[in-house]
Amino acid sequence: MIRAREVEKRFGSRRALRGVSFDLERGGRLLVTGPNGSGKTTLLRLVVGLAAPTRGTLDVPVDRSRIGFLSHEPLVYRELTAVENLDLFGRLYRVPERRERIGMLLERFGLWEARNERVAAYSQGMTQRLALCRALLHDPELLVLDEPFSALDEPGADLLQRELTELGDDHTLVVSAHDISRVEALASSRLALA
Amino acid sequence: MTYAADVAALARKDLKVELRARDTLPAMLLFVLSTLVVFRFALPDQTNDDAAYGLLWVAIVFTALLGLARAWVPEQEHGVLDGLVLAPCDRSAIWLGKSIATLAFLLGAQIVALPAFALFFAPLDLAAIAGVLLADVGICAVGSLLAAMAAASRSRELLLPLLVLPLSIPLVVGGVGAAISPHADRFLLFLVLYDAVFAVLSWASFEYVVTE
Amino acid sequence: MGAAIAMAFFVAPEDANQGVSQRIFYIHVPIAVTAYFCFGLGAWKALMLLWRGGERYDLESYVAIHQGVIFGALTLVTGSLWAKASWGVWWTWDSNQLVLFLVLFLFYCAYFMLRFSLEEGPRRARSSAVYALFGVVLIPISFLAIRLAEDFIHPTVFTREGPQMSGSMFATFCVSWGAVTLLAYVLYRVELLGKRLDADLRELREAFS
Repeated sequence: MIRAREVEKRFGSRRALRGVSFDLERGGRLLVTGPNGSGKTTLLRLVVGLAAPTRGTLDVPVDRSRIGFLSHEPLVYRELTAVENLDLFGRLYRVPERRERIGMLLERFGLWEARNERVAAYSQGMTQRLALCRALLHDPELLVLDEPFSALDEPGADLLQRELTELGDDHTLVVSAHDISRVEALASSRLALA
Repeated sequence: MTYAADVAALARKDLKVELRARDTLPAMLLFVLSTLVVFRFALPDQTNDDAAYGLLWVAIVFTALLGLARAWVPEQEHGVLDGLVLAPCDRSAIWLGKSIATLAFLLGAQIVALPAFALFFAPLDLAAIAGVLLADVGICAVGSLLAAMAAASRSRELLLPLLVLPLSIPLVVGGVGAAISPHADRFLLFLVLYDAVFAVLSWASFEYVVTE
Repeated sequence: MGAAIAMAFFVAPEDANQGVSQRIFYIHVPIAVTAYFCFGLGAWKALMLLWRGGERYDLESYVAIHQGVIFGALTLVTGSLWAKASWGVWWTWDSNQLVLFLVLFLFYCAYFMLRFSLEEGPRRARSSAVYALFGVVLIPISFLAIRLAEDFIHPTVFTREGPQMSGSMFATFCVSWGAVTLLAYVLYRVELLGKRLDADLRELREAFS
């Protein structure tokens, strides 16, 4: 499904990503590893469409509406509550039965009690869990997670791991990780960036 | 229409954020009132009304700048802008929602500022008010785009005024003209032209400013 | 270029009324037109960047606008000299062209502030391109605004005489125009080449590190 050939990304003279090539079939689980600064985040941003490659070809035949992204940053509004955040993104992603889905996700990730508090009051682990809810809200076909376990607390990490293991075959996964212990069992293929 | 729904959702979100944070609108209000009072002392007694209108416009532009400087701050925290850009909605809807919200704040500040001006300095007729409203649209449209550009930079507080001020010169001409000229309609028409041209330009080019 | 200046000062018949200012005109107008052209070229390259992609357009747009600002500054200077020679003042708000150039000069200087404060990369290229397009749209809008502003800026009455051009004066004008255009073109190519070499060098350095 996803094809990458000699994908390179430069910011002016700075090369963030050197020639990368890989194939990922539908339903596959790609684990991207590499030290800091090797371009994992850049590659993931290219995959979801936040940036375009400077050279090479990257073919991701998935519509924006079917991609879920968990970034280094939570991508949620500090001043809004969990419910308000998810409601906004639910509208933008045209999620059917929005309220029910939001409720279900918040409950699954242990945020139901705090659902009407502003994100500014959350702990880092809670914020990251909300970010995860945001990424999963629209049941994306392609899930791209950038070092998801680094900012999660223990319960959150367990929840995520369970979530990923239960992911169906029609869902494709791309995960980057520094510490691969939690994800290596899931991976169907690996990509190591220098 | 889902485009309109997206814009509405985004604009509502901005209003909600401001309602919680409660920093931008009060600051703009206080700023414009203080500026008007400073002008009162800056102008010698014999100055005619026309000069006062000029100062009104200076106050408006700088108040707008204040609002614009804060416009994209909620999106900068936690990198939310990326989240919006990723969404399937048209990227221009993000700009439009933000412009509408910024316009709402500017109008909110002016609801108090304009009567205050009329009280302290000189009366405002219909043409003058129409000029203010039209120029507000222009400055929020262009300013939201420029603010998004500046938001990515390391010296955004310095950069934004430099970007906005040259583009606001025609708006000031239009606004002051509408207030003091016997041919106010010409100036109002000009403001409509400015708004149309630059709004379309901003609408079309926002996409390019937020993606890489 | 030197030939054009020489021609302007020694060959063209002196206009009894204007004298020195007449000669500055030969340089001032071509410089002004060249500046407009450069801004237009910058905007065109910017459009190409947004439409087709391709990094080279960014550099070309930037260099074109840089030239435009240089020539714009020269326009203001020669315009000011002309004002001094013609009317005895260093600046007048009466000259629409001069005021327009002032506004544009401010606008395009801000272009450089924008580039200076953004990190190198596609974001900077695109923001600059969008800004360059805004600039070219601003030119007619500002012109309109300044014309409208005459209504209430109450200019003092200065007669602005466009020179009547006789044969040899016209020839001088054309030579001057040609020389200025050539100068602009040469500067453009030189700067573009320099910037490209710079970029290539940095890329090579990066690749080997």
